[in-house]
Parts: sequence; structure tokens; C-alpha cells
Amino acid sequence: MATTFPIGETMRERREQREGQRRFLVAVLVVVVVALSPFVDSALGINRLGSWIPIFVFLLLAMGLNIVVGYAGLLDLGYVAFFVIGAYSCAFLTSPSSIFVRNGLVPEFLQGFWPAMAVSWAVAAVFGVLLGIPVLRLRGDYLAIVTLGFGEIVPDFFVNAAGLTGGPNGIGQIARPPSIPLPGDRAITFATGDQRNWFWLILVVGIFSLFLISRLHGSRIGRAWEAIREDEIAATSMGVDLVKTKLWAFALGASFSGFAGSIYAGYITVVYPDQFQFSVSVIILAMVILGGLGNIYGVIVGGVIIQSFDRILAEELNRPLHWLGDRLNLPVLQEHDLQSDRFLIFGLALVLMMLLRPAGLFPNRRRDAELEPESDDIATAEDQQLYDVRRENKPALGERA
Amino acid sequence: MDFDANLFTQVLIIGITYGAMIALIALGYTLVYGIIELINFAHGEVFMMGAFFTMQIVAWAGITSDSSGAAILAMLLVALVLAMAFSGILNLVIDRVAYRRLRNAPRLAPLIAAIGVSFILQNLAIYWLGSNPVTPPSLIPLEFRSFNILTQWFGLETPLRIRLLDLFVVGATLPILLGLSWFVFRTRTGAAMRATAQDREAAALMGIDVNRAIGVAFLLGGALAGAAGMIAVYYLNSGRFQMGFQYGLYAFTAAVLGGIGNLTGAVLGGFVIGIVWAMSDGFMKELVGGWGAQWTPSVIFGLLVLVMIFRPSGLLGEQTPDKV
Repeated sequence: MATTFPIGETMRERREQREGQRRFLVAVLVVVVVALSPFVDSALGINRLGSWIPIFVFLLLAMGLNIVVGYAGLLDLGYVAFFVIGAYSCAFLTSPSSIFVRNGLVPEFLQGFWPAMAVSWAVAAVFGVLLGIPVLRLRGDYLAIVTLGFGEIVPDFFVNAAGLTGGPNGIGQIARPPSIPLPGDRAITFATGDQRNWFWLILVVGIFSLFLISRLHGSRIGRAWEAIREDEIAATSMGVDLVKTKLWAFALGASFSGFAGSIYAGYITVVYPDQFQFSVSVIILAMVILGGLGNIYGVIVGGVIIQSFDRILAEELNRPLHWLGDRLNLPVLQEHDLQSDRFLIFGLALVLMMLLRPAGLFPNRRRDAELEPESDDIATAEDQQLYDVRRENKPALGERA
Repeated sequence: MDFDANLFTQVLIIGITYGAMIALIALGYTLVYGIIELINFAHGEVFMMGAFFTMQIVAWAGITSDSSGAAILAMLLVALVLAMAFSGILNLVIDRVAYRRLRNAPRLAPLIAAIGVSFILQNLAIYWLGSNPVTPPSLIPLEFRSFNILTQWFGLETPLRIRLLDLFVVGATLPILLGLSWFVFRTRTGAAMRATAQDREAAALMGIDVNRAIGVAFLLGGALAGAAGMIAVYYLNSGRFQMGFQYGLYAFTAAVLGGIGNLTGAVLGGFVIGIVWAMSDGFMKELVGGWGAQWTPSVIFGLLVLVMIFRPSGLLGEQTPDKV
């Protein structure tokens, strides 16, 4: 314990410890507030839970993409592919209309929601590795285009291979999670009307993923990701295994997408390829970039900003806009539908962030230094951190650019 | 399946027409990549805006397929020139606003900005002409679309068909390609561009205005995309805000296939992709049971992925090792 071991203790450490405690308290508070929000939602008659559930799914996607783009620095423009793969894996296993179930190829014990979710997770991870292997050698921008091509081919496959996938109509009747019996006659059920239970379920899954990802980030592999992101050649010379590190990034990033895909499939109980266009990949990318590449809390905030505009604000702000249009007698405002501005907003978010704050609204400190390579700040940042270098559990030198 | 030579030749002719269009767009990717190593993701949307602008000015001018032949011909020419000017300037403005400040940023920053620009332009296109496919105002008379040169001019007895429309596509493309190669290889500005592409710093030290050279590359690339947009609208007889994404990626595939940064390669790649496109549309059904033209995008994107993985330098490109 640091408190009982005065030699290593410094003012700075104590400050950091206090900072850590404060952060933990804030996190607990946020979780409690979010967990209680369904009550507020119904008490105030807002009835917006139905919008928040897909927002949480997209946050899960953004956290997964953050592993690939934010931590490992591999720009993946086809992230939607793994979302599709996860969602369809879940559908193939659990829907009575899927070709696999009809032909008796799926063992009984896999046909439930939970086992299907685990399988989707693994299937997406495997596809992540399959995509990862051939692109290992590629440079950043080429990698982006190859993943984009992959992200186009996968949904195309699900549209065109109609015999297998139901074509444009997709697959329905996907299994929902079984209800959880409670003492007494009650049970937690996950039917269409049980939005509160869904909300909490996805919240639990989200917090679990958040915990997992932030532990990964601090682990050996997480530090290796940052090392290859900053400088592949330097990292390799310091003994980082490039192949293993990149493949883990692809596999884990993809697995969270598959995970999100299966939950989403279970929630809406139907998958069809039109839900998974290129724009989905770009929206997730915009969420990650707005918040701050490599800073998972920033990604969550950025994601909430983008998604709540997309699914809630655009709709809610239409009324005041039309009211204003009536007052000013401007037909442009009267008839304008803010939901038709989605692409404009995402595009502007990407361009403006790159021009003004390339490291995001809530930058990861080290990533920030990397995106501003010409500035003098790096030198000062490095001087300040020289002290940390001597400490065992802090990043090694090779991880900085 | 019997080999049908006539069908094969016919598909080849269609492929060459597609190829001319794709080559024009691919040149824009290659010009920009050659000079600043940026994949201008918004280039497909510049092409799409050229197509939309063409529909707009033809509607404004009020010349229809009922007007006199000379008026229609003049309109086509004016539309081509104006679409080129519009898209060229649009591309130049995009560079000034979105990419120029990111010249020294990490490689991915301008690419992400370009994706943003592409989304902005798509949304603007939706405001402009809506999100459904649009049929351009009728300008090319129907006879022109079905007129078969081989039988009606040359009096050949053949089931093959080369329409005046196909001739229009190739006829509009060739002079533009010749003009471009003259500009890049014979003028001082062209030499400045090539010097900048080789080594930006050395070029600047020799007194070349590097920013101007880069601007010219964007202007030229945009103009070519505008020409392709004008041609595409009347060749395909439809336009949509998403057309830039698909054809843009086809053209990017062509540019990579030919060796990105290499002008001849882009044209060659364009024709290869055009032919693959037509062949996939024409023969996929017979080669693989139950497959049809709807697989063409997957075929071309698959080709894109394979080329980038196995021969990222393309057919004509040089192997350039990464700089440390």
C-alpha cells in the first residue's frame, strides 16, 4: 500500500491518488444517475428510453472502434462489417426462419440469446483476425481503404446472397434474452414493452465493456498498441511483436462490434442489410474523433453528443425551429427538417475537429502530443514526464514518439 | 456455356465506354495523390456535384431534345465546359478550406477531413435535388440514344451496336485526356506540378510556388471529375446523391490498379475497371448460377482489396518503400 510505504510517496503521488478517488466518485455518481434516469423519464413523461437504447449500442461500437483507431492507430473505415457479422450471427443461431435453424444445424443449447451472443462475439473476433492478417503490412491510408472495401462487401453479401440471408428483407424473430425469475411471482422480462429492463441490461453490458477496455488499455497489450501507433519501427526495435499486437487490436475491436451487433439484433429482433451502410462506419468514427481518439471517457461523451443529436435533438428541435419560422415568416425554417441535416453535421464534425482540435474535445494527453508533432509542447511534456520514466508501472520510453 | 463472340464484343464496347468515364475520375485521384499523397475521399462527390450542376444548367437554359440540332450540340459543349469549371473550382475551394492547413499533419488527418467533406457534399446534394434518383432534363434526342453507327453509317450487317451516345462519351473523353497530358508534360505549370510531386521542399527551394502547383492539381482533378459528371448524367440518364460514392470508389480502384500517382496508369486502370464492370454485369449470371449484376460492386471492391494487399504499387507504379 502506498500510504504505508513512505519512501516512494511524494506529493505528486498523493495528489494523483486523490485525483483517482475523485474520478471514481464521479464515475459512480454518473452511473447512478444514468441507472435512475428511466424513472425520471417516465415521471416527466419524456418517454425517450426507446432512443437511448440504440444510443448505448452505438456507444459500445464507439468504444470498440476506439481500440482499433484510438489505441492502435489503425484507421478502420469498415467497422460496420463486424456489426453486421455480429447481428447476423445472432440471427442465424436463434431465428426459427434462419436457414441453419430450419435445417437442424444449430444445436438446441446455442439457440438462446446468451449463447448466441457469446458466439457472435467470437465470430466477429475471428473475422477481425481474418481481415487483419492480409492488411498487416499496409500503411495507414491504404489500410483505411481496404477496410472500407471490406465494409462494403460484407453488407453487399448479405443483400445479395438472399438464399442464405433473406436478402433485403433480412431475418426476423430473433430470440430475446430469457426472463430472469425473481423471488415471488415476479421476473425481469425482455419483451418489446420492457424498455426499462433493456436499458439496464445494456447499461450493465456497457459498464462491463468499459471496465474491460480500460483494463486492456492499461495492460501490456494496451501499451503495445500505443507504442505501434506512435512509431511502428521504434516499437519493433523495443521488442513489440507487431503482428500479435495488431491482430489483437483487430480481434478485440471487432469482437465488441459483434457483441453490440448481437444485442442490437436481440433488441429489435430483426436484421436487414439496409441498417448497415457505410454511413454507420463514419458515424461511429465521428463519435470517436469528436470525443478524443484514445480517451475512452471522451469517446463516450463525444458519442453521446453525436448520437443524441441524431436520435433525439434533431427531432425535438424541429418544433422550435418551425415556431421561429412562423414568427419570422420564413418558409425555409418552417419546412426544414433537422433530421435531413445528419450527414452535414457528421461531416462538419469530422472536418472541424481535424482543423481545430485534431485530438478531440477531451484529448488523450499522449495522443495529443502525437498529433501536434511540430510544436514545442512535446519537449516540455517529455521533460515533465522524465520523472515518471523511473517508476516501474509507468509507460516505458519506447512508447513515446 | 457457349462462347458468344458477338456478345463478348458488345460487352467489351460497353466496358470501354464505362472505362472512359472511370478514367476521367481516376485521374483526379491520381493527380492529387501524386502531389500531396492524400486520398481525396471527397473526389467522388466532386464528380457527383458536376453531374448535379449539369442537370441544373440544362434545366435553366431551357434547351430540350426538341430544340434544333445545333442548339443541342452547343448546349452539350457549354454544359461540359461549365461543369468542368464548377467542379474544378469546387475542388480548389475544398482544398483551401479543408486540406491546406493539414499539409504537415499526420497522414490520417486530411483523410478524415476528406471523409467529412464527402458527407457534407452529399448532404448539400440532397438539399439541391432530393435524395431520390433524378432523371436529367431531356436533352439528347431518343434517336441519338439508339442510333447505331455500325449499321446506319457503315451499312454493316452485324448484331453489334455502337451508338452515337457511346461515341459521344469516348469523343468527349479523348480530347480531354490529350489536353491533360499536354498540360502536365509540356507547360511550365505542368513541370512545376511534377517537380512538386517529386520533392516538395526541393521544388520550393527552386522557386516553385508549391501551393499554386497543388492548387492546380486540385483544379485539374476537379475539372476532369466535372466532365465525367456531365458525361455520366447523360450516358446513364440518371443521377443520385450517392453516385459519387460508388463511382468514386470504382475510379479509386482504377487509380490504384494503374499505380496511384501515375497518369497513364490511371487511364489504363480506368479502362480495365470499365471492362471488368461491363463483363461482370454481362456474364456474372452465366458464370455463377443465380448471381447477377448486383454483385458487380462486390467484384470491383474485391478487386480493390486484392490489389491494395498484393500489389499496392499497381500495374505501372514503382515500388516505393516507406520513409522512416
